Amino acid sequence: MSAPEHETPLPETPASAEPPSYLGGEYGTRSWLLTQDHKRIALLYLLGVTFFFLLGGVFAVLVRLELLTPPGDLFQSETYNKLFTQHGVFMVFFFLIPGIPAVLGNFLLPLMIGAKDLAFPRINLLSWYIYMAGGLFTLYAMLAGGVDTGWTFYTPYSSTYANSQVIAAALGVFITGFSSILTGVNFIATIHKLRAPGLTWFRLPLFVWAHYATSLIMVLGTPVVAITILLVAVERLFHVGIFDPALGGDPVLFQHLFWFYSHPAVYIMILPAMGVISEVIACFSRKRVFGYSFVAFSSLAIAVLGFLVWGHHMFVSGQSLYAGVVFSLLSFLVAIPSAVKVFNWIATLYRGSISFEAPMLYALGFIGLFTIGGLTGIFLATLAVDVHVHDTYFVVAHFHFVMVGGTVMAYLGGLHFWWPKMFGRLYPEQLARVTAVIIFVGFNLTFLPQFVLGYVGMPRRYHAYPDEFQVLNVLSTAGASILGLGFLITSAYLPWSLRFGKKAGANPFDAAGLEWTTASPPMAHNFEEVPVVTDEAYERDHAELVHV
Amino acid sequence: MSSATETAPARPATLAHQFESHEQQSLAAALGMWAFLVQEVMFFGGLFTVYLVYRTLHPAAFLEGSAHLPVDLGTLNTAVLIGSSLTMALAVRCGQLARGKSAAFFIAATMALALVFLGVKSVEYGHKWHDALVPGLRWAPSPEADPHLNLFYALYFVMTGCHALHMLVGLVLMVFVARKAWRGGYTSANNVGLECLGLYWHFVDLVWIFLFPLLYLLGRHGPHP
Repeated sequence: MSAPEHETPLPETPASAEPPSYLGGEYGTRSWLLTQDHKRIALLYLLGVTFFFLLGGVFAVLVRLELLTPPGDLFQSETYNKLFTQHGVFMVFFFLIPGIPAVLGNFLLPLMIGAKDLAFPRINLLSWYIYMAGGLFTLYAMLAGGVDTGWTFYTPYSSTYANSQVIAAALGVFITGFSSILTGVNFIATIHKLRAPGLTWFRLPLFVWAHYATSLIMVLGTPVVAITILLVAVERLFHVGIFDPALGGDPVLFQHLFWFYSHPAVYIMILPAMGVISEVIACFSRKRVFGYSFVAFSSLAIAVLGFLVWGHHMFVSGQSLYAGVVFSLLSFLVAIPSAVKVFNWIATLYRGSISFEAPMLYALGFIGLFTIGGLTGIFLATLAVDVHVHDTYFVVAHFHFVMVGGTVMAYLGGLHFWWPKMFGRLYPEQLARVTAVIIFVGFNLTFLPQFVLGYVGMPRRYHAYPDEFQVLNVLSTAGASILGLGFLITSAYLPWSLRFGKKAGANPFDAAGLEWTTASPPMAHNFEEVPVVTDEAYERDHAELVHV
Repeated sequence: MSSATETAPARPATLAHQFESHEQQSLAAALGMWAFLVQEVMFFGGLFTVYLVYRTLHPAAFLEGSAHLPVDLGTLNTAVLIGSSLTMALAVRCGQLARGKSAAFFIAATMALALVFLGVKSVEYGHKWHDALVPGLRWAPSPEADPHLNLFYALYFVMTGCHALHMLVGLVLMVFVARKAWRGGYTSANNVGLECLGLYWHFVDLVWIFLFPLLYLLGRHGPHP
């Protein structure tokens, strides 16, 4: 972009005699645990998020094992309830929500906007400690007996009929919420106030727009679920009927408050993923993103509309019919900004100079899987269809297409794409490509059969099922094994590459963006001097552009 | 504003490394504080929503509960808290004028008023304990009381409790800010810490301005339907 050394050809490392990278300098445990460098904090988050992802994965393996055969032979129903609850709680609150923003966003936002750090480095570190405290609290709840309410903590499962660990698990989620809020506040102040000279709003990478929209949801939504969880705890501790109908409370009110956050939380998971996809598609098709401002505003539109659709989770909960109709229509509207993104990515690919590196394979996988996940969301937002498939495996398949097919694909794609920037080493490209295909195949084999299962009537959250569902369940479990194998290979070769990978230059993929103008890995303060931006986003060396 | 940084090549110690000027640092901190207050609004907004729903469902229980609350003590506390907002505003003004000792004095006055508020509040809590109107811990209302009276009192304690907790946090913050102000830590170019404390305290005050009529004044505006 604007940095003077931009003309250097790509495999070369920048000039020597530079300050040590953020990984060098100090090495002690203390220098990591008390660091205020956003890049080191991002790596701390990477460790935490990976831990909880693997933990959530173990529970998924156990769930799929039980569902291999029709009778409930491996676990009792109570154990099974705890398994899927723990899978959901860890994956949603401790992997999917913090995943992309706290790892990739933390690392990249300041680099992308030409800043030395986030606006509030100490609060950034604090947010990691809060996140870990919440995670360990929830882990304790699981070890001390577990929770069987489902990840949604619905009353009266979480009030009248629950075992006693609900409070501990819910408080873990409550605590972690504050790390999300602090991250959101930090990102908003950073994007507003720390952009490099010349970097106007409409020159920002779309990754930054996506994280801005995400931060708005974090700040506006998370406190509502915090107070809701607090009220559940008060209800259980003091036996007041806030949500418990037996004591005069209203369980539907809990669902309203819970989904007011937890539906927008779905967009906390998917919006940063969409930001990753925009960057990756632009890089590997060697073009600017088609319709930049539409993609940017569609992020904001999703964030705003996301707050108006929570009632589509409650079509069969005794909500009024008129509310149901309005929520159904509003939910359809979310399809518009989502489709804007998908069409614009495809238009970006059109006549681009496409290459199929591993991040691009993940991005292309994302587009297909997110489209299926999004379209089945339209089915579910349709009142009559939802009544038919509510609480079946159709719903499970739908949200796994969005969360795993969408968020996890983008997370892995982004992790590969910026891996050389984070560590200065290239991942093994061929192996990564093969693994991306394995994950894609495994994913589809796991979750496509679940659409069929749900449509023909298999309800979710049961450990036993009739014999006629077995073939599809075996397919699903087989797919989950392939998917798990893909994750295992990835978690083997990425750490391997830290030591044995080829050294990466400043810009190994020849991508546009400020983060690629500084060294890999970057120095502690990111840039040798404050960059001045004169180009539009994704503006490349004009000779390389493929002119249509 | 930033003339000091432009003329002097060395960075002032009060300027964090990620910022280019005190002005940028102050704007970022203030924006961060406003964003944080937005999440506070949503936090209390959730509580107010629960209040709204149950007051609509059980208006009689809320009227009865409100009638038990001492309007005189509530009014006194409202006046005390508004007074503390005034002293806090004066402290912020002194910070802008770089009069650190006066700022510290006004913060101390704010703390004194906050302690008066919390003292009155604990007297009120004591009365509720004595009257056995604390749901879950000491609950024995009169036999003819509305069956949903416990909802009103649960919300009363959660809402005023959350508010009091925010005041305690404010008190702790005030100790640090007052100490820094006393030592001349705030200049006319760099007083955003004091400014943010002021924003926070006015927010806490504002929450009470909504809590007071919603909890204490039900049915006191004339004949109730």
